Amino acid sequence: MGGLAIAKPWVPLTAAAAAALPAQLGVYEIADADGTVVRIGYAGGRQPFGLRSALAAEVEAGLGTQFRHEATHGYLTRWEELLMLHRAAHGSLPTGNADRRTPVGRLRPLT
Amino acid sequence: MDFTLTDEQQLIVDTVRRFVAEEVVPLEADLDPDAGELDPDDHARLVAMTREMGFYGFDIPEEFGGPGLDVTTRALMAIEMSQHRAGLYTPCYGTFGGAGLAQLFEATEEQKERYLYPTLRGEKLGCFALTEPSGGSDPGRAIQTRGHQDGDEWVLNGAKLYISGADKADYALVFARTSDDGGATAGRNGVTAFIVETDTPGFNVRRVVHTLRSTRYATEISFDEMRVPAENVLGEVNRGFAIANDRLSRQRIPYAAGCLGVAIKAQEMAIAWAKEREVFGERLAEKQSIQWMLVDNEIDIRHARWCILEAAQAADRNDRFRTEAAMAKLVATEASGRVVDRAMQIHGGLGMTKDLPLERWYRELRIRRVGEGPSEVQRLIMAREILGGSFK
Ligand SMILES: Cc1cc2nc3c(=O)[nH]c(=O)nc-3n(C[C@H](O)[C@H](O)[C@H](O)COP(=O)(O)OP(=O)(O)OC[C@H]3O[C@@H](n4cnc5c(N)ncnc54)[C@H](O)[C@@H]3O)c2cc1C
Repeated sequence: MGGLAIAKPWVPLTAAAAAALPAQLGVYEIADADGTVVRIGYAGGRQPFGLRSALAAEVEAGLGTQFRHEATHGYLTRWEELLMLHRAAHGSLPTGNADRRTPVGRLRPLT
Repeated sequence: MDFTLTDEQQLIVDTVRRFVAEEVVPLEADLDPDAGELDPDDHARLVAMTREMGFYGFDIPEEFGGPGLDVTTRALMAIEMSQHRAGLYTPCYGTFGGAGLAQLFEATEEQKERYLYPTLRGEKLGCFALTEPSGGSDPGRAIQTRGHQDGDEWVLNGAKLYISGADKADYALVFARTSDDGGATAGRNGVTAFIVETDTPGFNVRRVVHTLRSTRYATEISFDEMRVPAENVLGEVNRGFAIANDRLSRQRIPYAAGCLGVAIKAQEMAIAWAKEREVFGERLAEKQSIQWMLVDNEIDIRHARWCILEAAQAADRNDRFRTEAAMAKLVATEASGRVVDRAMQIHGGLGMTKDLPLERWYRELRIRRVGEGPSEVQRLIMAREILGGSFK
């Protein structure tokens, strides 16, 4: 962690892949087939089975075709950080986060 | 010393208590257990209510449009306002407004127009950038951010660490070394305070710093050839340390009060659970070891309350209150940590879960023993006063 994107390869977003996830708190990114991130989300304390439940819901939502995740207790801070990093790199939030109604911080990471 | 509440204070306390119980706590049932923000519509609705009650901006001095409450009444309010899950770091989710950075009360009229008043109206956000990678306990010696004058501007270079809210702030209060002529006071006289707009080229939020606190994260920022207009110097050049210090002293009373509120709530929860839960054929409350934990909690709570109100009353009398505020900060942060820890123990497995706010308070209270000056620095402040200025 610490100023970095999720350091994991993309995995196909399927019901089976979601079901195999640990029931831990954490963050994830959903991407389309080209690898463009379409949503950054988190599995928080209200998810019955953490990442497993959150990604199962993403399979249902069908916004993208692949995902990567990271288990962390600091899921809210990490979520904010990923949103900031995305905006710093691409100039805007992922399309799936367009409904965000509170401000996202400004980050200018060292490259 | 009389800590009996006046009728007006009792009315205010009752009103805030009802607001927390009826308006804030129910919203938390639907929020993530670590959440630090309300839905904007809920926030606006609650702000309208606190305005209606005449409490919005309760911390703002009367001369700047606040309700003119004394420090004791504000401390009593702060004790109530933190009694919910997110209450330690975001009491009532900020719906009572804020006084902004108190140092701006010393600003020039033009600076107040640009920064203070919009902040008090809730239109601008500031952050406080004192601590550096080289240290925060002793900023007079540790500050390595440098500023030099170039015509009508100052050029700042350096870095700040653990700065809360820098990524969303409109301006930052930045402390930089502008002279090496510290002399006997070792650097304290060479620090200047600057009001820096965060969109200034060279103001860079480099990273999020992950801590035990899951919302209101800290950040690391760097200043790279950052040019600040000379009119944005706050106070006098080379006299910024006194401004930083003054804020830290005043801030200690509400900081302590927030911790106490959480401890009171944790104790209420522990008592309720101890009366209900049975082990080995008896309720927990019937076990002496549990009773003693609850008594130790009560001692910690009353000790912290005494110190906070003593400091607040000294401030209201315009007496010196450095030792009192340091003691309140030290006692309340440490006592509250113990209270929440015992409350978790009494709750057993449930106390460790996110089903209850205890684990969040436990994590956040740990930061309180370091933030705004670690316990050791509070002891240092008190030792200096107890031993007297002549002791070297
Ligand atoms: C979540 C978080 C948010 C923060 N937000 C801000 C912010 O918005 N703005 C800001 O400017 N700073 C902020 N801080 C920084 C905070 O004020 C500092 O961490 C604190 O002042 C201690 O400084 P330090 O971490 O550099 O520790 P150091 O100064 O290196 O001290 C390390 C330890 O040494 C011990 N120590 C210090 N002095 C003495 C002594 N005289 N005798 C014996 N032992 C001693 C203490 O145990 C102390 O914890 C934040 C910190 C955290 C964790």
